[in-house]
Amino acid sequence: MTFALPSWAIRALDLPPEAGPTARDMDALHATIITITFAGTAAVALMTLYYVIRYRRKREFEATPAVVASGKREWIQGALLLGMFLAFWVWGYAQYIHIETPPDHSMVVYVSAKQWMWKFSYDDGQTSNDVLYVPEHRKVRLVMTSRDVIHSFFAPSFRVKQDVIPGRWVNAWLDAAEPGVYPIYCAEFCGVGHSTMLGEIHVLTEAEWAKWRRGADPEEMIARGREAATKNGCFACHTLDGQRHIGPSWSRLYGSQVKLTDGTTVLADEAYLTQSMMDPLAQIVDGYQPVMPSYRGHLQPEDVGAIVELIRSLKDGGGKEPTIALPKLVVEKTGQTTEKQP
Amino acid sequence: MSDAELADTPPTHDHYATLEQQAAAVKIALAIFLASEALLFTGIFALVVAYQSDWPHAFQIGIAHNTKVLGSINTGVLLISSTLVAVAVDAQRAGRRVLAGSLTLATAVLGIVFLVIKMTEYAQHFSEGIYPGGRGHFFLEHPEHGLPTFWSLYYLATGLHAVHVTVGTGILVYRGIRVFKGSLQHSLEASALYWHFVDVVWIFLWPIFYLA
Amino acid sequence: MTVAADLPIPPGAEPAKKSFLRAKTTFLSWALTTDHKRIGILFFFATTLMLALGGLFAMLIRIEHLTPGPTIMTAETYDRMFTLHGVIMVWLFMIPSIPTTFGNFILPLQIGATEVAFPKLNLASFYVYLLGASIVILSLFLGGIDTGWTFYVPYSAHTPARVLPTCLGIFIVGWSSIMTGVNFIATVHTMRVKGLRWMKIPLFTWAIYGTSIIQILATPVLAMVLIIVGIDHAFDWGMFDPARGGDPVLFQHLFWFYSHPAVYIMILPAMGVVSDVIPTFARKNPFSYRAIVYSTLGIAFVGFLAWGHHMFVAGISTFDAGAFGVLSMMVSIFSAIKVFTWVGTLKNGSISLKAPLLYVFSFFFLFTFGGMTGVALATMALDVHWTDTYFVVAHFHFIMVGGTFTGFLAALHYWLPKVTGRMYSERWALIAWALVTAGFAVTFTPQFFLGNGGMPRRYYDDPPQFQWLHVTSTVGSWALGAGMVMVLVYITYSFFRGAPAGPNPWGSRSFEWRTASPPPERNFQGPVDFAIDAYDYTTPQEPE
Repeated sequence: MTFALPSWAIRALDLPPEAGPTARDMDALHATIITITFAGTAAVALMTLYYVIRYRRKREFEATPAVVASGKREWIQGALLLGMFLAFWVWGYAQYIHIETPPDHSMVVYVSAKQWMWKFSYDDGQTSNDVLYVPEHRKVRLVMTSRDVIHSFFAPSFRVKQDVIPGRWVNAWLDAAEPGVYPIYCAEFCGVGHSTMLGEIHVLTEAEWAKWRRGADPEEMIARGREAATKNGCFACHTLDGQRHIGPSWSRLYGSQVKLTDGTTVLADEAYLTQSMMDPLAQIVDGYQPVMPSYRGHLQPEDVGAIVELIRSLKDGGGKEPTIALPKLVVEKTGQTTEKQP
Repeated sequence: MSDAELADTPPTHDHYATLEQQAAAVKIALAIFLASEALLFTGIFALVVAYQSDWPHAFQIGIAHNTKVLGSINTGVLLISSTLVAVAVDAQRAGRRVLAGSLTLATAVLGIVFLVIKMTEYAQHFSEGIYPGGRGHFFLEHPEHGLPTFWSLYYLATGLHAVHVTVGTGILVYRGIRVFKGSLQHSLEASALYWHFVDVVWIFLWPIFYLA
Repeated sequence: MTVAADLPIPPGAEPAKKSFLRAKTTFLSWALTTDHKRIGILFFFATTLMLALGGLFAMLIRIEHLTPGPTIMTAETYDRMFTLHGVIMVWLFMIPSIPTTFGNFILPLQIGATEVAFPKLNLASFYVYLLGASIVILSLFLGGIDTGWTFYVPYSAHTPARVLPTCLGIFIVGWSSIMTGVNFIATVHTMRVKGLRWMKIPLFTWAIYGTSIIQILATPVLAMVLIIVGIDHAFDWGMFDPARGGDPVLFQHLFWFYSHPAVYIMILPAMGVVSDVIPTFARKNPFSYRAIVYSTLGIAFVGFLAWGHHMFVAGISTFDAGAFGVLSMMVSIFSAIKVFTWVGTLKNGSISLKAPLLYVFSFFFLFTFGGMTGVALATMALDVHWTDTYFVVAHFHFIMVGGTFTGFLAALHYWLPKVTGRMYSERWALIAWALVTAGFAVTFTPQFFLGNGGMPRRYYDDPPQFQWLHVTSTVGSWALGAGMVMVLVYITYSFFRGAPAGPNPWGSRSFEWRTASPPPERNFQGPVDFAIDAYDYTTPQEPE
């Protein structure tokens, strides 16, 4: 229906240029909905106009018939309309779930937001500020947190928006198909620099991507994770070589199905691992005691990402570290390290 | 004033046609006002429930630390007071003004007893170094995550309730004195209903902060 | 202009010897009045002042967007401007305006009561409102507030601006809301004239009744949560601070539990105005009285269950999000039913295009479009793209300004002769209506396009590709502002020089027109006959 419209109007009505298949799906929904919106409003306006002309007052004191609407017709009309709205909802909800659920085996980038910049940490140990580099035709999962107030990661061309909340790790994912440069905005008011909290997503071609990766040392992130885990006393309870201790071992943990005390199982992915650090009592692994303190507010976001990378690097076992068996006393001591007074 | 007397009494404000209309207006207004009050406390209860599921352990420690005895005595005080004011309403309906007035004032006295006990508890908490907002040496000794939240909610909820008890006591004192001189039946009923509400709120606070 | 009453003037409606306006004229007779009509007028002045202030902030915000980079203010000032624009418009104008002014004035007349149930409480509500409003305005001089009207934590717990005074002011205004709501509900229940059954009550009164229910049940939750935010900021309790075990998303749940129903507090009274203006100017009974009443109550109750649609990208579970999505669709169906019923009412009518009806037609168009974009937003995937962008800004301004504010203007023109006994100038009204409606469309339509393009809201600086849309929007705001000033001028003029209106210039059958205009102190000069229905236009009656 937009064939007769001038190009500026089409640009205004359309969502921004699509960066991938998810965006294209959403645009089909968008086109349908705005067409119906315009049609519905136009119908109401035309109907009103017709009645105003047709039933304009001709004599000053005319009587009008008392019309009583048929209840049956009202119900049918209401039901039809509700049916249409629910159809919109079904369509939109299916897409929503698609947008909110990062696919398996996607590449992971850790995002930490602060007033007023975006910091991206990659699995090869590289970091970048305000520019997110991703390869074309790859699904990229963003594991995000904020260091101060609530921000919102908004990449219009990917139709992705996700509030980034301090103290929580949240997921979003990008469906990057076309190489190019796309904007990132912060969409949740975060203070005086809100409108300057901008970034860019650079979708690189395979060749560019390979070149960008070459500079990095994949071991760097894992080394940092090992350092952070040591500093925070993680090895007091967790081993790297598969030995059972106060907490589950990190060896062969990533990607495995973990059985919980309530009988359910959960996939040990980034979300599970980060949640276990922030809110350890939420999901207790079967056979272990609920003794782990929360590390919410105590770990730098980059450290959390590094520790997860360390665990990921052990997904096929291969921990070279000796088991650090420590007496229970130390567990109590690490419990005390969670103390924090403002 | 008995029902028979009331039937012929004109309303005390002349925009009402009858006293019956006046009484109906007061009753429905109070009922919806109490619905509003209930939602006020529901806001706090929602916070308590949410944070309790976030920090079950801290809430256990907090509840165990609270003095069950004082909290439970206070529950008894409020339950007795509610009974007294209910009897007062009946007494006035039967035309026994002096009894009704005395019972209403006795209810107010129990309201004050409740507040005294509550303040004793607060004093005890303060001396232990428990202040709202996670301040005080108690929190240095007990660094459990979620404890500051528990105590802040405790002060917020019981403090807000104490404000309601204070207001209710004031209303009962005023009403009690009026009852001796002959007060309208629906006015005493309204005061009593407000007091019952204050009581019911405590019946929810008691298990949340003392038992659970 | 010629005005004539079509109904024979009922015994009680001869021009009152002394109307409520002239019965007493001292300052104290106004300041301490318990007359619901005078209190309505006091509220009108107070809320209109707030509208002017909020409108001024809006104009300044729009001017700031005229050029990229700083135009007339710094980013700090800009953040304070949009926050106070929101706070003032939501809590000090939109929520109280129609209920406290026209609700106060008209509701007792529509049910044949001489007063509201609690006249002193009514006056107290006015002063409580003044106190709360003053504190909010005062906070402007205490360093202002820059959190946006949504007060999201943890930002609002750490901002260098002042949070507590504003929260306190809104808390106090909330009391006024509850007092007025309790009063109206008690009035409708107990003060109806003998023999007036529930399903004969005029629709405006029904709308105010539904609004009051929401006000009473939602306001206390907001009061609670805003006080906690104020305390958090002032005394650093950290109740929502994640570093200390708090949960910022929990705040959002509690905030929207009030603030979503608040949208219906704002729009329902305007819907009530529309429901009453159409039958009067189409001289026709409503297409379905029942449908309007039931959908009013439906909105009042289901409206409480849809708050989560403000949080689709806030990290709630996909199941919760889906449930809130479907409930949002349920609420919108009630609004759609109302629109159908209103349009249906025009059929077979005898339509006279006067200013109140023109504003109602603006309402039709703008509210329908705004409502349809609401349905689009509830189509959850699209919300992911649109939320927190200008699309949402445009959507709720279509509902709030295109809906509530045009409803307010319709009510003002419709009931002006009832209140002052004088007519406004229909010609000036037509010009102003055109300016307001066109100005509105030019201001807010580009904001939909901005949102499509991905322009986030609350941005001080604009990405360059959006500039032409911002300029268009700003120019539109000047027309809108000019239209509003024009309304203010000719309405004020009409009070002194307007043509006398007579008791019933529109020939309406609604109950409030069955007494003198302006009404006497006690509303009716004798027993009033409510036997003829408020919407019965089946009998033609020649003027005497």
